[in-house]
Order: sequence, then structure tokens, then C-alpha cells
Amino acid sequence: MNFQGYRRNNGAIGTRNHVLVFPTVICASAVASMISKAVPGTVTVTHSHGCGHMAEEKEHMIRAMAGFCGHPNVAGVLLVGLGCELITPEVIAEVIAKAGQRFEILNIQAEGGTTAAVGKGKLLAEKLLKEANTVGRETVDISELIIGTNCGASDTLSGLTANPALGVASDMLVAAGSTVFLSETPELIGAEHVLARRAASEAVRKRIYEITSAVEALVKKAGVDIRGSEPSPGNIEGGLTTLEEKSLGAVLKGGTSTIRQVINYAERPAEKGLVIMDSPAHDAVCNTGMIAGGAQVIVFPTGRGTPLGAPTVPVIKVSSNSGIYERMKENIDINAGDILDGGETIESIGERIFQEIIEVASGKITKAEALGHSEFAIHSLGLAV
Amino acid sequence: MTVAALVLNKKDNVATAVRPLNSGDGIDVAVGEKAVTVVLLQTIPFGHKFALKDIESAGQIVKYGEKIGQATVRIKKGEHVHVHNVEGLRGRGDIP
Repeated sequence: MNFQGYRRNNGAIGTRNHVLVFPTVICASAVASMISKAVPGTVTVTHSHGCGHMAEEKEHMIRAMAGFCGHPNVAGVLLVGLGCELITPEVIAEVIAKAGQRFEILNIQAEGGTTAAVGKGKLLAEKLLKEANTVGRETVDISELIIGTNCGASDTLSGLTANPALGVASDMLVAAGSTVFLSETPELIGAEHVLARRAASEAVRKRIYEITSAVEALVKKAGVDIRGSEPSPGNIEGGLTTLEEKSLGAVLKGGTSTIRQVINYAERPAEKGLVIMDSPAHDAVCNTGMIAGGAQVIVFPTGRGTPLGAPTVPVIKVSSNSGIYERMKENIDINAGDILDGGETIESIGERIFQEIIEVASGKITKAEALGHSEFAIHSLGLAV
Repeated sequence: MTVAALVLNKKDNVATAVRPLNSGDGIDVAVGEKAVTVVLLQTIPFGHKFALKDIESAGQIVKYGEKIGQATVRIKKGEHVHVHNVEGLRGRGDIP
């Protein structure tokens, strides 16, 4: 089975053709935004990182930023730095150049301030945009796809309709040779045994328990009941009672395939098939990690509704119930509530999600993209001074 | 008449309301092959759970055929099952 994608010089396949203006440090965020605003057709992000990172957080940040900037949905990236930061544009450029990514570098101190930097940045961004516009889509096999899954603002219906329907689509993708990310480590707690039974090896089985134990150890160190945060207040209002209940519903997104690998946040998978990414459950943080890990489309079930999107990757929203679909129709692409009251089944909605993934990968615009949603956040390890 | 509540696994001792349900309603639910009628002792909001049978204090709450938590008090058949009478056992840094 095929879709229409953008083939990059390094062979990677994009589902979008963005020019990204990326600040490698918070000090360059405003300049990056000014450049992007001056060059319509480019996208940009704002974040609070790039300096002061210690120990493993430095490598973690570089991996996340380089993964995001080197993503195949990015035709070219303008890396904007201040000049004295820890993670300069050159640091990111070194990593993405190895992967064949097209980039330009801009340094605010070297240019002599905001106005000069924006002026030069505008020219560089225009050049990248002109180059990007010469690239077209071609037919590629869907085994080139990595699909991220992430659920947020869940209710008890999420585990009954939207998540199992996405699980059907995940199984179809894996059967077709694609890769699917199951993520959100806190929401694997209480469902590890279900996942461990499907581990491809003893090493994968062990790693599943390691990543959930690490989150549980963090909660124990804080001396709190995780129910103060997970399930969230909105989840509880929606009827979810415990984290175990939320997790057992959440892992249904991944379907029933063998779990091939467990990877770190923002890491590229070495295996195809179903892969677990160790990530926080925070919606934008998790999406950013999966994008940095190579996800070209994200599918996002929601019970209580969310407008969430991503700057460079389409996010398909699936509602768990018809009430929220009717209230937030402008934000939701597929209503899995039809399983309860619209004559659909988990299988039929699963097939529809699969079809939607192919169409969106080939260029169909999601609701989040049409509305301009581009939420972005990088996981912090708390090791910055 | 649309379905009022769903039971996901025959081992489950709770059902999930898929529309708002009133106290005193007699709800027919399918538990595996069996049809079970539960008279609700409380109003059950959309998406919330009620007990399919009496559950002892410290008894397991089972959904998806898996343990999702433990009763903190005795829960009667037809009662609302939620954070007021169930605790999770994972991620508990508040207990030594």
C-alpha cells in the first residue's frame, strides 16, 4: 500500500514540506518569531531551553532539537542562536548535517542585534522556502511511515471507543510494515504485564518494567499519591478512577502487535513495527518527542476534547464520544463516539482511522493544521542551572 | 433504546455508563454471555462506573479483566464506583 510523500536527499520521507525557523536557545526565540512572521509559509517554535543544561540533560536536549530540526517533514531549517549559549546552531547543525538535512545558521551577536539578525534571517528563510517549493510528492510505500499515538484529555470512553479503534489501525499499519509509537510512560503503569507478554525479547520485557519503575520511583521520592496528577482532574471528572484504569485503556492505542523495541525520548527507532518511546504523558512534550523520533503523522484520541496540534507534523484527533465531537467539531477529525450511537464498530472506525492516516500523510489537512495549532514543548530532565 | 452501560470483560465487577443514568433505574448489561440487571442506588454520570455486584472493603475493582484498584469501603451492587470509594495501588508515594 502506498501514500504520496516528499522524498528527501537522504532518502527519508516527509508527509509535509515545511521550512522551520528554529531558535536553539530561548534568547533567540523572539528573533526567530519575527523572521517567521516576516516570511509567510515558514513555521517556528518557542521553547525555554538551550542553555544551562547539565550532565545527561545536554545530550537529551541536543537529541530532541536535532531530531526535530532534522525531521523529514522539514525541507530546510534556519537555526537561530544568540552566540554565547550552550546549544548553539552549530551544535545542532553538526548532527543534522550528518543526516543530510538542509540548514542555514544565524547568530544574533555576530549580526549585531535584533534588526540586522531579522533582516539577514528573512533572506535566508526566503532562500530555504524557494528551494522547498521545487520539491513535489511521489508515490512511496507506507512501510516508510512512523505513526505516533498519544491520548489526552481522556475520559472512560477513550478506553472503550477511540483507543481500541486506534489499536485496530495500529495493527493494520504494523501488518503493512509501518512503525507505530506507543508512548506516555506514566500511562503504562498498571498495564506493564499486558505489554510485557508481547515483548519481542527478554531485554524488551525488562526495559518495559524499568521505564515504568523509574516513573514510580520519582513519584515515591516526591512522597505523593500520583492520583494528584494522574489521572488528571479532568480525567477524574470524566469517570477515570485510578491510574491503572487509565493505563489499561491507554495502551489499547498500540493494538496487539509484538513490541519490538523500547527507545528513549526523541530517539529514532532501529526496528519497525510497534515500538515504545519512554516519554512523559504531557501532550505537547510527548508529541515533540515522537516527532524528534521520526513520527510523520500523530493520531490523538481525546475524550474531553483538545485543540492540540504540532508545528511540523499533522495531528489527527479522534473523539471518544459524540457529545464532545458535537461541541468541538472544529477541532476533531474523526468521531469514535459513533461506535456507541452511530452504528459503527471498533473495527469500522479503526479502518477509517487507517484511511485517514494515509490521506493525511498524502497531504490532506487536519483540523489542527487548518486552525494553525502548533503546540511544542521539549521534555526537561530538571538538570539545568 | 441505546445501550446504557458497557462491561468489557466477563471478569469485571464494574460497568461503565455510556449515557447519564438515574438512581432507581434497572439497567440491563451484558456480562460475557450473561444478561445481568442492576438497580442503581445512585445517579451515575456519563462515563462513570457502577458496581455489578457487592464488593468488600479492600476488594479488587476489576475492569478490562484486570485489577484497576481496591475498594476503600464496602461497595454495594448498583453503587457509583469512583475516587470516593476506590484507591489506586500504583504510584503511591504517600504510603511508606
